[in-house]
Amino acid sequence: MADAAAHEHDHHDPGFFTRWFMSTNHKDIGILYLFTSGIVGFVAVAFTVYMRMELKDPGVQFMCEEGARLFADGTCAPNGHIWNVLVTAHGILMMFFVVIPALFGGFGNYFMPLHIGAPDMAFPRMNNLSYWLYVAGSSLAVASVLSPGGNGQLGSGVGWVLYPPLSTAEQGFSMDLAIFAVHLSGASSILGSINMITTFLNMRAPGMTLFKVPLFAWSIFVTAWLILLSLPVLAGAITMLLTDRNFGTTFFQPSGGGDPILYQHILWFFGHPEVYIIILPGFGIISHVIATFARKPVFGYLPMVWALIAIGALGFVVWAHHMYTVGMSLTQQTYFMLATMVIAVPTGVKIFSWIATMWGGSIEFKTPMLYAFGFLFLFTVGGVTGIVLSQAGIDRAYHDTYYVVAHFHYVMSLGAVFCIFAGMYYWLGKMCGRQYPEKLGQIQFWTMFIGANLTFFPQHFLGRQGMPRRYIDYPEAFAYWNEWSSWGAFLAFASFLLFIGIVFYTIRAGKPITENNYWNEHADTLEWTLPTPPPAHTFETLPKREDWDKQPSH
Amino acid sequence: MAHEKNHDYHILEPSLWPFLGAVSGFIMLFGAVLWMQGITWIMAAIGFVGVVYVMYAWWSDVIRESNVGDHTPVVAIGLRYGFIMFIMSEVMFFSAWFWAFFKNAMYPMGRESPMVDGVWPPVGIETFDPWHLPLINTLILLCSGAAATWAHHAIAHENNRKDMATGLIIAVLLGLLFTVFQAYEYSHAAFGFSGNIYGATFFMATGFHGFHVIVGTIFLFVCYLRLRAGHFTPERHIGFEAAAWYWHFVDVVWLFLFAAVYIWGG
Repeated sequence: MADAAAHEHDHHDPGFFTRWFMSTNHKDIGILYLFTSGIVGFVAVAFTVYMRMELKDPGVQFMCEEGARLFADGTCAPNGHIWNVLVTAHGILMMFFVVIPALFGGFGNYFMPLHIGAPDMAFPRMNNLSYWLYVAGSSLAVASVLSPGGNGQLGSGVGWVLYPPLSTAEQGFSMDLAIFAVHLSGASSILGSINMITTFLNMRAPGMTLFKVPLFAWSIFVTAWLILLSLPVLAGAITMLLTDRNFGTTFFQPSGGGDPILYQHILWFFGHPEVYIIILPGFGIISHVIATFARKPVFGYLPMVWALIAIGALGFVVWAHHMYTVGMSLTQQTYFMLATMVIAVPTGVKIFSWIATMWGGSIEFKTPMLYAFGFLFLFTVGGVTGIVLSQAGIDRAYHDTYYVVAHFHYVMSLGAVFCIFAGMYYWLGKMCGRQYPEKLGQIQFWTMFIGANLTFFPQHFLGRQGMPRRYIDYPEAFAYWNEWSSWGAFLAFASFLLFIGIVFYTIRAGKPITENNYWNEHADTLEWTLPTPPPAHTFETLPKREDWDKQPSH
Repeated sequence: MAHEKNHDYHILEPSLWPFLGAVSGFIMLFGAVLWMQGITWIMAAIGFVGVVYVMYAWWSDVIRESNVGDHTPVVAIGLRYGFIMFIMSEVMFFSAWFWAFFKNAMYPMGRESPMVDGVWPPVGIETFDPWHLPLINTLILLCSGAAATWAHHAIAHENNRKDMATGLIIAVLLGLLFTVFQAYEYSHAAFGFSGNIYGATFFMATGFHGFHVIVGTIFLFVCYLRLRAGHFTPERHIGFEAAAWYWHFVDVVWLFLFAAVYIWGG
């Protein structure tokens, strides 16, 4: 890419506003996505730290009718509304405004075009619309928390799934703002997915046939299909909520012939693919990280691709396993139970292929690899509890308990978020031209790993003891593990602060990187052939086959 | 571009439209909430004007880029892919409304639900006779689709701009007629929008379809204006092709609505 580097010097530098507000550059937009999702993520994490403070001891100490406080002072009338608002906001922000934008919008935008050797996205201007609609949606979500809502207070406390009748009965207009926030975020993601699919199909480097595309690009492609086909359905469901709330329709109102269960079906028809939307790009990142630091090509490339496709397809036909307790027929429950368990097969293909990649490899425990290891362990734990929960009979006992909370935080909060961390440590140097301090990175990993496990592992025990989720308070009997869980959350939060510090330190004062590929020759995708950091416009001359075709056979 | 590129893909100059569009969208939706609360409609109106303006300005840019030859064959393929996927997402949007309809039509809620289902249409609901205005509307929409296809054939195979103009005008006028008839039908409905599930599923499904008819009519009319302005050749007419695809999509949705909601569900 010598010519690309030479061009950089005669490239006219755009001004700040032009570069960051009017961008049509996939790398800049990717960075914007990562930056914004980091800020929103901080807000969403801060909410949970406050929630864990409240749950540390039985009784209500901080969320009071007299006002929310940071220091307990004895007199406090419990204010469940604050709690409910925080639970809701945490879920909505994390699901729609943190993880998808970071993995799909951030890494997807920055690295998917590079992996396939494309000069930019197919629709660079629409790409920026995706980003700004995401910002507009986040703003509406934050506005929702600060607007008049239920119980004569601010914000909506209905849970991120927005189930009626809670969501249709909530007063004020906070709920309406939240609905529109999800509309905007959905529009943003749909436009983004159209962009990603078109780029993937139409702009691969000459000679790069579908089954020669790197796994991360594949994971983005499959994710984009899930978004394209599931988010419009959610848009329909929340539009029904909106008209039920404001125009007197009775979609979910039994007194007018409606059925609240219908909402749950439509929501989860989106909601289950959403789970895979969140995790699939992470799968892609982990494949590259493991191949790099085990110094071996990824084991079983083709099965890995087909597993991604299979997980994506199966994700659409298992939704009602979230609803075993709503009164479905046994036949339906049996079907959803079996279909759900089938997903363990392609997921197992991926897990075992990652392990096989490491088998006999020369493993180097740099921070990204530590995170990949952490991911493998945590995601497997979350997957195993997922198989437990997929059993309709067992779910009778576990439904809406902390066991479920532990399960989905293991796959998402730990699984997907560890992928974000792995990706950041893996690519931060490439993106900013400076390397993170390795020792601090490892400290950050271990504190995060211990903190996150300490937070969520005891929640399995709490769930088995019967502690229900989404409650501000609990009886004395649950106190022991709740305290452990809270200390874990504080440790993980400290680790998150350290991570923010590491990122800023690296960008400003990290060790400058001069070589194109600062890992090793097993980081063999195209971004490692580019200068570090890459120039604004890359692949102005399309890459040649020998630049990317490192593996003789697929 | 400050320097050359050696490929056929489209690298764009920075643009303000995405940012302005998102800001307008925020204002419009926040305004919509205030409007629904009965506080003010002005903010929603301002946002709406902003959104429409951004669409106009943005697509003007696209047409300008097309005219200076930025839409190389490979970019043209990408534009088609993009539009096909946009229609796919629209199909999934409608599937939510059909889901609500079919659920209620097949398992209507009654006093004894879920042990004993209710009836559909619900007691006291008098539905439209599908073989009157709805049938006429079906024929109108199908004829309009045929006219759009005629226009497509005229430009693509015969380079006959006059026939294309005639076809487009017929398609647009029939589209308008459909909208007028639909509005007439709405105003004579024997059931309300609110308070009953039949009205909710009927009006939201046919209403969103009607909205798409209006959008498609505008889309075709813009193609007519572009044709008058000298755009479109037998080889290059992606904008019109997209309009035609969209129009056929709207047609097909109507056929499902007609068969399911009007005939079977009535």
